[in-house]
Parts: sequence; C-alpha cells; structure tokens
Amino acid sequence: MTFRERLQAWRYNLVPDHLVGEILTKRWTDNAIPFLALVATLGVFGSIIPGFFKLTSLQESTRQLGEFSLVVIGLTVVMLGGGIDLSVGSIFALSCFSAVYVFFILEQSIWLALAAALATGLVFGAINGYLVGYLRLRAFLTTLVTFIFGRALFDILVSTYAADVQLSQASSDVLDFIGDGTFWGLSVSVWLAIILAVITHIALTRSRPGWHVLAVGGSRRSAHNAGIRVRRTVFMTYVFSGFCSSIGGFLIACRLSGAGPGTGLNLEIMALTAAVVGGVSLGGGRGSVVKGLMGAIIVLTMTNGLIRLGYGTGTNQMVLGILLAVAVTIDIRWLKNRHKVLNEVYVAPVYLKMGETQSAASGSGTPYELDNRLSAADHIGLGELEGPEDVILDRDDHLYCGTRHGEIVRFFAPDYNRSEVFAHIGGFPLGLAFDKQGNLISCVGAMGLYSVSPEREVKRLSAETARSWTSIVDDARLRDPNDCDIAPDGRIYFTDSTKRYDAHDWALDSIENRATGRLLVYDPKDGSTKTLLDGYRYTNGVCMAHDGKSLFFAESWACRVHRYWLEGPKAGTAECVIRDMPGYPDNINRASDGNYWMAWLGMRTPSFDLSLRHPDMRKRMTRRLPQDEWLFPNINTGGVVKFNEKGGIVETLGDLSGNAHPMVTSMREHKGYLFVGGILNNRIGRYKISGADPNWTSPASYWGAKA
Amino acid sequence: MNAIGWPNWRRLNQEGIVFAIAILLFAVAALGLPGFLTADNLVAIVRSVSVLGILALGMAVVIIGRGIDLSAVAIMAMSVAWYLQLLNTGTSDGLAFAYVLAGVLAIGLLNGFLVAYADVPAIFVTLATGSFVFGYVRSQLITQDAVPVPQGHWVELLGGVRFLDIPVEVFVFAGLAFLVFLFLRYTKWGRFIYFAGDNPVAARNIGIPVRPMLVLRYALSAVVALIAGLLTAASLHSINTRVVNSTLLYDIVLVAVIGGIGLSGGRGGVRNVLVGAALIGILLNAMTIIDIPLLYQNLIKAAILLGAIIVDGVINPRDEQTAQQGDI
Repeated sequence: MTFRERLQAWRYNLVPDHLVGEILTKRWTDNAIPFLALVATLGVFGSIIPGFFKLTSLQESTRQLGEFSLVVIGLTVVMLGGGIDLSVGSIFALSCFSAVYVFFILEQSIWLALAAALATGLVFGAINGYLVGYLRLRAFLTTLVTFIFGRALFDILVSTYAADVQLSQASSDVLDFIGDGTFWGLSVSVWLAIILAVITHIALTRSRPGWHVLAVGGSRRSAHNAGIRVRRTVFMTYVFSGFCSSIGGFLIACRLSGAGPGTGLNLEIMALTAAVVGGVSLGGGRGSVVKGLMGAIIVLTMTNGLIRLGYGTGTNQMVLGILLAVAVTIDIRWLKNRHKVLNEVYVAPVYLKMGETQSAASGSGTPYELDNRLSAADHIGLGELEGPEDVILDRDDHLYCGTRHGEIVRFFAPDYNRSEVFAHIGGFPLGLAFDKQGNLISCVGAMGLYSVSPEREVKRLSAETARSWTSIVDDARLRDPNDCDIAPDGRIYFTDSTKRYDAHDWALDSIENRATGRLLVYDPKDGSTKTLLDGYRYTNGVCMAHDGKSLFFAESWACRVHRYWLEGPKAGTAECVIRDMPGYPDNINRASDGNYWMAWLGMRTPSFDLSLRHPDMRKRMTRRLPQDEWLFPNINTGGVVKFNEKGGIVETLGDLSGNAHPMVTSMREHKGYLFVGGILNNRIGRYKISGADPNWTSPASYWGAKA
Repeated sequence: MNAIGWPNWRRLNQEGIVFAIAILLFAVAALGLPGFLTADNLVAIVRSVSVLGILALGMAVVIIGRGIDLSAVAIMAMSVAWYLQLLNTGTSDGLAFAYVLAGVLAIGLLNGFLVAYADVPAIFVTLATGSFVFGYVRSQLITQDAVPVPQGHWVELLGGVRFLDIPVEVFVFAGLAFLVFLFLRYTKWGRFIYFAGDNPVAARNIGIPVRPMLVLRYALSAVVALIAGLLTAASLHSINTRVVNSTLLYDIVLVAVIGGIGLSGGRGGVRNVLVGAALIGILLNAMTIIDIPLLYQNLIKAAILLGAIIVDGVINPRDEQTAQQGDI
C-alpha cells in the first residue's frame, strides 16, 4: 500500500463523512437554524441590556410574551394548514375590547367578559375560515381585508367608548390576578401559553384532526383525494387561530384594564415574522408549535430589546422587515435545496482494497471459468415477468417468484405455461423460503419479513430490529431485507443488506461500499427480531447448511461467503469460507449432491476495483456527474457457482451470449432442473443439470418427505 | 380579454358590473346630493383619485404578472420624505434626487430579485421590504413624521400648476395611464406580462424571460410610487409618513381588484384601473359630502373590498387540482 493510499484509507474510513448526510435526513435539522438564532438573540440582548435576565424584568417581559405566544400558536396552526391569518391583530384587539366592554361598561363578571372575548374571536375566526376554507378565497388578501375591517371597527368602538371605560368603577380581584399576579413565579399568561402550546402540540402530532391539518398543509390535493375534508379542516384552523388570539386579547384587557388605539397594532406582522423566523414553512405542512414559540421569543426579544436600548420610532418595523425577508428567503431556499444538498452529500464512499482474484474468463482454466451452458436454458414466463429476484418450488412442483410489481406469481406445474398472482404484497419480494407448515416466507425490499400462508394470507413477521445507540440514521428499520432461510427449529435467518439506502438504491450502496449489512434472526415463538452480525458489505444470500448446524451467507460487495455457526464450539461466530471471488455473490441455495448453488449478480472489473481504492474519485463522481454516467459494478454478466461444504469451488455456469441470463440473482434446484432468476431479467430459466438427482426437492431436503 | 371599447354586455363581467354601479352611483349622487354635480366637485373627484389611480397603475402591472406589491405606499411616502429631508438639510437637488431614485430602484430591484430568483412569494417579500423601508427611513434618515417641502422648490410649484383649471396630477394620471396602456397593449414585453401572469411555467418554457421581466415590473412599480409620492407632496406641500400605516395601500388593491383585475394574474388592463378608480372616487366623494366620519369610511371601504375579493374568488375560482401548493 502506498503512502497516498494509506492516507486515503485513513481519511475516508476514519472520518465519518456519512454522518453529514444522515443528519440532513433528519427532520429536526429544520429546527437547528431557528434554535441557533434564538440562542444568539438571547445571548446578544442578554449581554448588552443590563438586568435582562433579572427575575422582575423577565416577569414583565414574559407577560407580554405569553399573550404574544398565544397569538403565534394560533397563526402557526393556520400556517401548518397551508393558510395564513393576518387578522390576528384585529381579533386580538376586538376581543380585548369585548372583554373590556362587558366588564367595565356592562359591569358584568370577569367570566362573562372572558366568554365575550372568546365569542368574538371564534366568530371572527369562523368568518375568516368560511371565506378562506369554504369559499376558497386567497388567504393572504382575505385576511388582510378582514384585518382592515376589524381594525376599522375597533377604532370606531374605542373612540366611542374610551371615556366610559375610563370612568368605570368596576374592579375584580380575579382580573387583577390575571393581569398582575404570578403563580409559581410565572404569570397567568405564560401558564396559559404553555398549557395551550402543550395541548396544541399533542393535538398536532398525535390526533386525527391534527394530522389532517398537517396533511392538508403538506399537500392539499392529496389530502382532498385521500378523502380528508379539506375545507372543513381549513375552516377549523382559522377558528382555532381566532380562539387563540381572543385569549391573548382577554389577557391584555386584564393587564391594561382597558383598550387603547395601540392595542394589537402591528401584531400581525410581528406574529407572522415570529412564525416564519421560527421555521414554520409558508405554504404549510412543515413546522411545529415549538418552532412558533422559538420565533415568538426571538421576535419579542429583539423588538423589546431595541426599545430598551433606546432606538427610535420605526426601528421595530425595520428590524421586523429584515427578519421577515431573511427568514422567508432562508425558508424557501432551504426547502428547495435541502433535497439537492442531501443528494450530493449523502453518498460518502470508503476505501477498500479488494484482494487479487482468479480469472473467470473462458479458457482461463480456473474453477471460476464461465461457460455458455445457461444460454441453453428453457424460459418460463418470458415477457410476462419483471424482476424475479428469487424463485422457489413447492412440494407440488409449482414455481413461485416475486416481481417488481409487488406480487408473488405462481406458475403451475408441469409445463409452467399458466400463471396466477399468488399474493399481492406491495413491496418488491426478494428472497423466498418455505417453512415447515408450507408458509412462503419472503424478504420484501424496503418493507420487511413477510409470510404468505398456503391460503394466501399475507402476514408481516418483522419490520424492525433493535435500534443501536450510536447510529444517527434509524437502523431499527429494515431498509433492504434481502434473503432468508429457515433453521430446523423454525427460526428465520435473514439479511438486511444496508442501513443507508433503500432497496431500490442498492447500486448506490455499492459505490459507497460502507460495511452496514446485517444478519438477523426472527424467532416465530415470541415474534422477536435480533441482530446477529453487523458490519458487512451488503449481506445477501442466506442458506442453511445441509446439516442445519450452520448457515452460509454472501457478502456481495466484498465478494466473500461466510459461514455462521448456530451450534457447536463456534456457535454465534462467523468465519469466511470463500474470499476474493471474481463475481459479486447473491442468493445461495442447496444442491442435490450436498453442495451449494450460489448466484453471481455481477462480475468484478479492474476499473471498479481500482475505483474502490479511490474514494475521493467516487465522491467527486457522485457530486459532479449525472447518475447514469457513474461507474457502477458490472451487473451485465453473472453466473451460477457450485461450492462445497468447505468453500471449494466445484463448477461454474454462465451465459456468455448474454441473451438469456446475463446476470443471475438466484437459482433453485428441483428434480434435476435448475431454475434461474435475475432481478433485472424478464424470465425464469429452466436448465437441465446433467447427473443431478431427479427426485431431489428443496422442501424435502429441509422438512423431510411429504407427511 | 375583451376587445377595446365598451364592455361586452352579452358576457356580463365584473368590470361591466362595476362600471354600471359607478354610473348608477353617479346618477344617484348627482340627483340626491347637493353640490355633487358641480364642475369644482367633479374636478375634486378626479383629483382625489389621481394619486390613487397612479399607484393602482403600478399595482395593476404587477398584479397582471401574478404578483402584488405591498411596499408601494411605503416606497411612495418614505422616498419623498427622504428626498425632502435631504433638500431641507442642504443637499443639492440633483444629488438628492439621484440618491432617492437610486434608493427607490434598489428596493424595486430587491423586491423583484427576491420574487424572481429566490422564489419567495411576492406578498411576503413586499410586506417585509415595505416594513423595512418605512422603519429604516423613519428611524435612520428622517427626524419627524411629516417633512415639509422647502419654500420655492419645484415640487411646491408643481402643486400650483393648472391647465384649464384642472390640477396637474390629473394630467399626469392620464398621461401615465395612456403610457401603461400602450406598454401593455402594443409592446412585446407588455404582452409577455399577460403570458407570464397566466402561466409562468409555460411562459418560461416558450422562452419568455420571465424572471428579468418580474424584476422589471417591481422596479416599475417602485418608480410609479415615487411619482405618486412627488405629486402628493406637491399638492399637500409636505409628506406625512403616517400614510404608510393608513389604509391607502388597501385602497390601491381595492381600485385594481374592484376594476376587475384578477388577482390570479393574466387578466385586466388599464381600463379596469380607470373603472375601479371612478367607482372609488365617486364613492369617497359621496361619503365625504354626506359627512361620514373617516373611521366609518374605512369600514365601508373594507366591506366593499371584501365583497370585491369574494366576487373575484367566485368569478375566478381556484382549482383544487391545479392550484399551486403554497400559493396563498
């Protein structure tokens, strides 16, 4: 190894580049920017304003924060539903006036005043909701107009009744407590804001109406087509916003014991800025109550801080304008480009030096020498099938295979001309195996381990394993369950090829070459799934040894086959039995003569082997070139290899013509024939094996002769 | 688009209805209100809507291109306030005007850039820049809410210019309306605005420079706002920056929308602005004559605007299946 290569190996195998991409896939990265902004704002203003963090000062400013947060929570919900509510300032002011009017002029109880305030807010919200939700007007302009309308009404009312309110003698201890008192050190408004925030958060994340709001905001059309009552949902968001603003208005009525021309002025742009700065997306679907609250704290700290620092009229608007413009722009650009950035940085290749291999070229005289025998195979289902990754036969000689369309297809013996959809799974069925009861067990790409009973009942067995503590990406989920086999005791051993890519992106995993493949076991007794081995480069085929005491599994991108011991002195450990093959191994299955069949899905090439020693080159390639110009492993040539219990190669079959079986992902021996499948092929091949036992079948080999 | 000329009576559209209402209102006011149908009052009506109409022309161009400019009033008031402040503190006229024009263009270009190239919705961009322009000029560049025009300055003289007893802003309005009409109707870029407003993606696909044109529209709107501001200062001999917080902005949208310029873009023209301005002018004048307080006038205007938007929404409904996500 040259010094340069050693450096590259250190650089790319020890520096965890892949974490950047994994972090970016997390939804919580959306929170990172507003959170940093929050910390920065509090830090800056806390340090330049003397006494900013003093308790009394905090109590006074948090009282206002409580009212403001309530308004922002309402606006956040509206924005999550894909709308916007600019009339919050008017609702706030009118509710405040309603409370003041009932309490000071009608001299009714404070609770009636609260009821009046709430009723005002709900009615106003319902008007907005009707216009935007049911009449489908444009939210921004409509609420802008209702805002002017409400404001004009408020100005008239205030100028008419201001003097009467001043002269009123009404007073109440409850009002004073709500306005000035504290409860466990926090003012009533803060408590209310916290309670409402918690309830709203739970409702949004864990209740049907909340999910409907997010669904409508995320994609109105899809929500509509999925049967969600879009109009009613939108309507309800505005009613909720009116409700929140009216509580805020009631609180300020208590705090100021009156309503003035300045009540709720500029509140709409402040609340809007708060929500957007916090990271609630315009257009809906993305955001949370917590984000809204972070934005509320940022905006209020800034505006109040600037006032306390003595900046003059207009500064607030200037700062709000800048904040809003910057936040909206970041929000839009982030949403738009995050995906692109993620696409560029997600693939983080590592260094690997593949071992020297023997040639597979015809005429080379090695055990791996490919010939043209498979081109003579008959075809089954030619043109009807797409992607039979694995094939299997039952005791009645019927043939089963998965297809790209998410189905398991059954071909009827004896001529395999007729076929039917045996079961619809939904995902891409990959590895197949029959258990003792005749259930068809399948690893379904991107979904998990499934079982199909002879009565065609589809059941999910497992879709997750234990989460490891150090992994950022969620490795509990099975991303690419690939092949399975069943031990005599009924436990199902299966592989999950990669933690980093979904099943359809398996080729990307070969370019990255990171060792994240796993061997897992599902125990049907208690339904648990355990991870047995981790850290292989694309674990693939699994096959129980003939004696049932160990199993073989393939490690595709390293071109190796390992043996994992279930019993005996080496139980629970794996050892490598075949290394440095010239092809990438896929499924492994039993052969009638006590050996094992192994499929090669592709062949190593010197150029790709070289690229594995240049992770920098592969990284540049994935960033700068379109995907169809990347250097991939050669998966246009494959073959079938037979190996013995010790890992020695017995023979190799191929199709050098490339017409029938250029690449092979599985093969199954049955009554003297070899059935051959390929994930990119359009047929199943049937090849007569010379000298094979014409009565041997796989179900009998596993579970004994027919009962 | 209808052909030029009288409204198409067979297909009664919003413009026709509004025009009919305006005529009706005019007739009722002429019969019922004393002093309405005098030459002075008619001139006053036209004069009162001139500035509004000029601003609405700029707004119309932006709206036809499927945008909106909420910063127009802030630009109008604050640019002129800064200009007058510069003059009052002794900056030479040419230099001051150059500064202000550069500032106005900069804001217009910023609006356009953020909308066109950063893909930020126009309402948020212009709301933010409007707030910023007001805040920045008010807190950093001028010292009080109202800035007077210096004695003997051309802006003051402009306010006194009369032809045939008609004040100059009416002619400016008429001239600008004619220019915008020519631009929208007979120039290539004017026609392109309709295409871009009707379907921006298709317009871009057939090779129309949609993004540069967007920037142009916002710059145009900003310059129109500056002109309107100068005329306001000319007639009042000062500019009051509190107008930014008034309902003037919504009056502008009202004039455009009520005249029949669809907010979804691609529809309308100068004629719609004139119709809208006529109705609003008559309405405001009538309300002033029968002495409705300003606060109530605001309420009535808001109610009318709400009605106009509802009608607009019913006539140009949004399609659930093709509406753009996030188009609020």
